[in-house]
Amino acid sequence: MTDMTIDRPDAGAPMTGALRRVLREYGHELLVALAILVLLAVVGTINPRFVSARNMTSVFSGNAYIAVAAIGMTMIIVIRQIDLSVGALIGVLATISGTIAVSGAPVWVAWAAPVICGAAISSVTGVLVAYAGIPSIVVSLGMMAILQGGLISVTGGAWISDLPPAFLLAKMKVLGLPMPLVWGVVLTSAAAVWMRMSAFGRSLYLIGGNAEAARAVGIPVRRRIVAVFAIHGAFAGLATLLFATQLQVIQSTTPANLELVIITAAVIGGVSILGGTGTVIGASLAAVLFAAIGSALIFVNVSAYWLRALIGVLILLTVLADVMRRRRETRAGGH
Amino acid sequence: MINRHSHEAVLAVLAALAIAVLALQSAEFLTPANLMNQGRLMTEVALVALVMTFVIASGGIDLSVGSIMGLSAVLLGTFWQKMGMPLPLAMVLVLFSGALCGLFNGFIIVRFGMPPLIATLGTLALYRGLAEGISQARSVRGWPEWFAQIGQGSFAGVPVQVWILLAAMAVAVVILGYSRWGRTVYAIGSSETAARFAGLPVDAAKYAVYTASGLAASLAAIIFVSRVSTTRSDMGTGLELDVITAVVLGGTSIFGGRGTIIGTVLGLVVIQALESGLSLAGIKGDGTIVLIGVVLILTLLASTFAESRARA
Repeated sequence: MTDMTIDRPDAGAPMTGALRRVLREYGHELLVALAILVLLAVVGTINPRFVSARNMTSVFSGNAYIAVAAIGMTMIIVIRQIDLSVGALIGVLATISGTIAVSGAPVWVAWAAPVICGAAISSVTGVLVAYAGIPSIVVSLGMMAILQGGLISVTGGAWISDLPPAFLLAKMKVLGLPMPLVWGVVLTSAAAVWMRMSAFGRSLYLIGGNAEAARAVGIPVRRRIVAVFAIHGAFAGLATLLFATQLQVIQSTTPANLELVIITAAVIGGVSILGGTGTVIGASLAAVLFAAIGSALIFVNVSAYWLRALIGVLILLTVLADVMRRRRETRAGGH
Repeated sequence: MINRHSHEAVLAVLAALAIAVLALQSAEFLTPANLMNQGRLMTEVALVALVMTFVIASGGIDLSVGSIMGLSAVLLGTFWQKMGMPLPLAMVLVLFSGALCGLFNGFIIVRFGMPPLIATLGTLALYRGLAEGISQARSVRGWPEWFAQIGQGSFAGVPVQVWILLAAMAVAVVILGYSRWGRTVYAIGSSETAARFAGLPVDAAKYAVYTASGLAASLAAIIFVSRVSTTRSDMGTGLELDVITAVVLGGTSIFGGRGTIIGTVLGLVVIQALESGLSLAGIKGDGTIVLIGVVLILTLLASTFAESRARA
């Protein structure tokens, strides 16, 4: 529960005190960032083409949508919920957005629709979780089936092609930087500040850490749960915009296991599945780390078929570290 | 009695209703040939779901079963064709390795106190990755005739794998319903701390359920390979979600402490009846998935509602 500790004034040694606090609060995030840098340095030495601007751009902007989706998932896991339907949701939102784009409607409508629909669909999950009391793992499992099946039933598996060039957001640039990269950085920073500074954001950690206590201090827990699901849905919509506008066509299926990739990013980024801790920065960095590992395997001539095994080991080690740290803290705190 | 098994009763009515409607819709549905074929198709999911009932009733979850199935299929091909082992030995080794995968899940959950959801999410990636790495996207074909009998043959007019499933069901019903181990599983699911204080073998029971889960997944893999006569590293992808849907639909509480094998079997029957019946009625498989999702959520809504009224 490092995020809940009260800031102590380290007046005697402001520099080291501040450094120590950053290390304590963002130790996990720094570790993931360090892992990325080491990976870039090592693989870049073996094969310089790995760190070429072209490869880095394609790695980072091609996977920015996972980082964006992981922001919402982080909030969901912080309040001790889970959403298995996010992959199917992104598939549905991509088709909604693409259909509007080719219908001749103004392009901003095609961009706004997935964000609004994402929030609306995800709120339904939130209401079922918060007010009907069905566990989120089950509700989202049912939602996943409904969204996946519904998508293919409605579209018949047909792809959407001939997307107008003005719609292809992921191919645009801001100040010479690829749009997905900019979005990833801006959204992650904004969400990180919001979760750290706002009363709403901070209340999420309390809900995840101890829902009873949160209720006792007057936090409307049920309404917050619905709100977090809605926000998560909106982020899924934003992720859709980056995902669906990469190519000229939109498939009516979702990448298999996308929900697990997104959850994994959040977990490796340091979000404790036990609720109450974790930051969106860690989740976004973890998404970057995966993308870099996937690309690095190709550049050092290791079959990419081993990628998933590597990610599995990474998840287990991360969670092991989290469990061990919690144990140590409990022992230290409880004499 | 009715109160205790209200969820199962609701499901039984639902299953009977589905079967009746579907029989009226299509003359082919209630034929023995179709029913036997449905049994063949549901065996792999059902075998894993039986053990998953234990896992979920103990308050845990196992997301890695689909990956263990894929890894087992790949290992079966590797042991037999690449390493030249006799096929029966390869089958035994695959069952052993499946159990070992399950044991490893149990180890990280029990020894390190990792939440099962995340521990098995990690091994889901790990085992699938091993399957992909070992197979390098190559499949193994050319299985002998006797091996194909497991997945394609019949004995006394009933598919071979359905006999295996029936035997497994009987064992599961006895263990969960009538043995000390079954009561231990429920006790852990209700309150692990209380179970520990009561001196129940909590750790041993957890090891047992996760190991059995891996074993069931590898048995399902052997049957699946025999049925489709090939191995692929992506076999069993998404199996965990089908299995969990059936178990939860069957009334097992995702929080643990409650659930029956009969409920799981009814859940499996409802899903299979919907899938086959709707496809016979000309509705595509994807429409069926939607219906399963709706049925899952509505059943849970109904049973949470009934429960809160019973408590009030």
